[in-house]
Amino acid sequence: MTESRDWPLYEVFIRARGGLDHKHVGSLHAVDARMAIEHARDLYTRRQEGISIWVVRSEEIVASDPADADAFFEPARDKVYRHPTFYDIPDEVKTL
Amino acid sequence: MDTAALEERFQARIDADERIEPKDWMPDGYRRALIRQMAQHAHSEIVGMLPEGNWITRAPTLKRKAILMAKVQDEGGHGAYLYGATETLGVTRAALIEELLAGSAKYSSIFNYPTPTWADIGAIGWLVDGAAIMNQIPLCRCSYGPYARAMVRICKEESFHQRQGYDIMLALARGTEAQRRMAQGALDRWWWPALMMFGPPDAESKHSAQSMRWKVKRFTNDELRERFIEFTVPQAEYLGLSIPQGTIDWNEFHEVLRGNGPCNRERLEARRRAHQNGGWVREAALAYAEKHRSGYREAVQ
Amino acid sequence: MSTRGDSGNHGAFVLRLADSNLVLAQRLGEWIGHAPALEEDLGLANTALDLLGQARLLLTYAGALEGRGRDEDALAYLREEGEYLNCALAEQPNGDFGDTLARQFLFDAWQLPLYERLASSRDPQLAAIAARGVKEARYHLRYSSGWVVRLGDGTAESHGRVQGSLERLWPYTAELFDADDIDRAMQVAGIGVDLGAVRVDWEQTVAAVLAEATLARPGDRPWHWYGKRGEHGEHLGHMLAQMQALQRAHPGARW
Repeated sequence: MTESRDWPLYEVFIRARGGLDHKHVGSLHAVDARMAIEHARDLYTRRQEGISIWVVRSEEIVASDPADADAFFEPARDKVYRHPTFYDIPDEVKTL
Repeated sequence: MDTAALEERFQARIDADERIEPKDWMPDGYRRALIRQMAQHAHSEIVGMLPEGNWITRAPTLKRKAILMAKVQDEGGHGAYLYGATETLGVTRAALIEELLAGSAKYSSIFNYPTPTWADIGAIGWLVDGAAIMNQIPLCRCSYGPYARAMVRICKEESFHQRQGYDIMLALARGTEAQRRMAQGALDRWWWPALMMFGPPDAESKHSAQSMRWKVKRFTNDELRERFIEFTVPQAEYLGLSIPQGTIDWNEFHEVLRGNGPCNRERLEARRRAHQNGGWVREAALAYAEKHRSGYREAVQ
Repeated sequence: MSTRGDSGNHGAFVLRLADSNLVLAQRLGEWIGHAPALEEDLGLANTALDLLGQARLLLTYAGALEGRGRDEDALAYLREEGEYLNCALAEQPNGDFGDTLARQFLFDAWQLPLYERLASSRDPQLAAIAARGVKEARYHLRYSSGWVVRLGDGTAESHGRVQGSLERLWPYTAELFDADDIDRAMQVAGIGVDLGAVRVDWEQTVAAVLAEATLARPGDRPWHWYGKRGEHGEHLGHMLAQMQALQRAHPGARW
């Protein structure tokens, strides 16, 4: 048996209903974008899970490095003043 | 950080019920255990299409035919989800499939049993999918994110599989004498193999303890097996069928795993044939795409 | 056939549609678990399920038109080969993936324009089934024509194989457009359609897809098959023997 070339990997994103974001649902193999869209339809929307599909070659996705997580995401932790609950407003003041 | 410290931090995350994601640091052993377990699971779905596929062309009503087609199709879909989740660990689907076809990868031994009668399709849905669901529901909370997410989707889709199997058994149990005999025969054939699906007894299970610690497994084999028996016995009584008496023949289990089950050879040959016969098709599609590489938009529109 | 009354014609006309869907769904069902890629197992199964769904609606309706109490299963499982009125194209064996997709393409390119017209049939039930079928057929055609193009314009091997598939299957396309008494009676009654117009659409689709696929249109042949009159070759009998085995072995049993 010869080692055969598999089709490239695509990531699939589905919009479940109008008004919602596309959400990552998984991956599949396809030779091009057209086939990837069709495979996504056949594989990921068999039970009316979606009304719109995005596909993108997995290798095209650029991700942040988990090793950078501290430097990226920790600094936001102490900016509590960005959140509405930081402020004590007297109960008598309405619609604020 | 040295490996011991990384491992300690990793175990702390697991203990805190955090999910591990593809690019996170993980011990090699964890990665290998996951690849082994997930690939086995994916292979089982794909090989599992064959015993039931055996009855698609002969389903006794058009409704049953549609249900069976949809179910076998779902199994293909589940295999695809699981291969996809395994690929996030840095292996390719092509390599996993090569291992399966070369006979060096394992899959659930249950699919090496034949489906000589229509009642076997009922018994597979009721018992085999029933056992699978029991094994799989805890995996929806397993520590590896992509595996857990794939399992959530799979469990949701499989919820009809067991019910359709029991529905087939009900029709047979309420049918003619010949149909009732067919149903009892299938229960007799599938009962022991279904119990073996939970794996060897805890005392002999070589991966269990570590898998529990890593939360890629959440209950022991024997715990799940006992629960399955407890649920299933009254279901058989309702059908008016008798559960076979005796004990599990673990020798049979090991023989089937070793490749000496009734249909091991047929199952692998069917997969090899499909792969080989499809080679020119997969190549042609790649060649076409290479000739017409023109970006996403043009291809879609 | 020409001696049937109009209601007999109506029933036969619906049965032809039903049987073509059922027989092709049965063929596609043989693929599940054996396709060239996992994603194609899923795709072929989706088409099979759609066709089976259409067949069930149409068989149920044909049974009602007949008025003898036969339901979808009685019609599917208890008719003999000569009573099956599917087009001969649908019963052709699967062959390789290229044969299957070429067969599917020739079929889809016919079914879509047929359903588009039947959707405005004077028969409201048939119109409703066809309207639903249009959406499915449109996707099937997208799927099958995509594969004909990929295989035609893929490698030298795939090109040669699928050209051969077209040559073998071509003789079975003639009856799709060859209107007989039943087709004409139904067209006059406003229930059926003008098969000549369907042919114009079919030829256009086929020409466009074959051009993109770098494939040649086979020449027309003098021998015409008439599966729709119950005149079948050697394949359908085997298919039915397998499909009907349980119902035949256990008369009257419920499943």
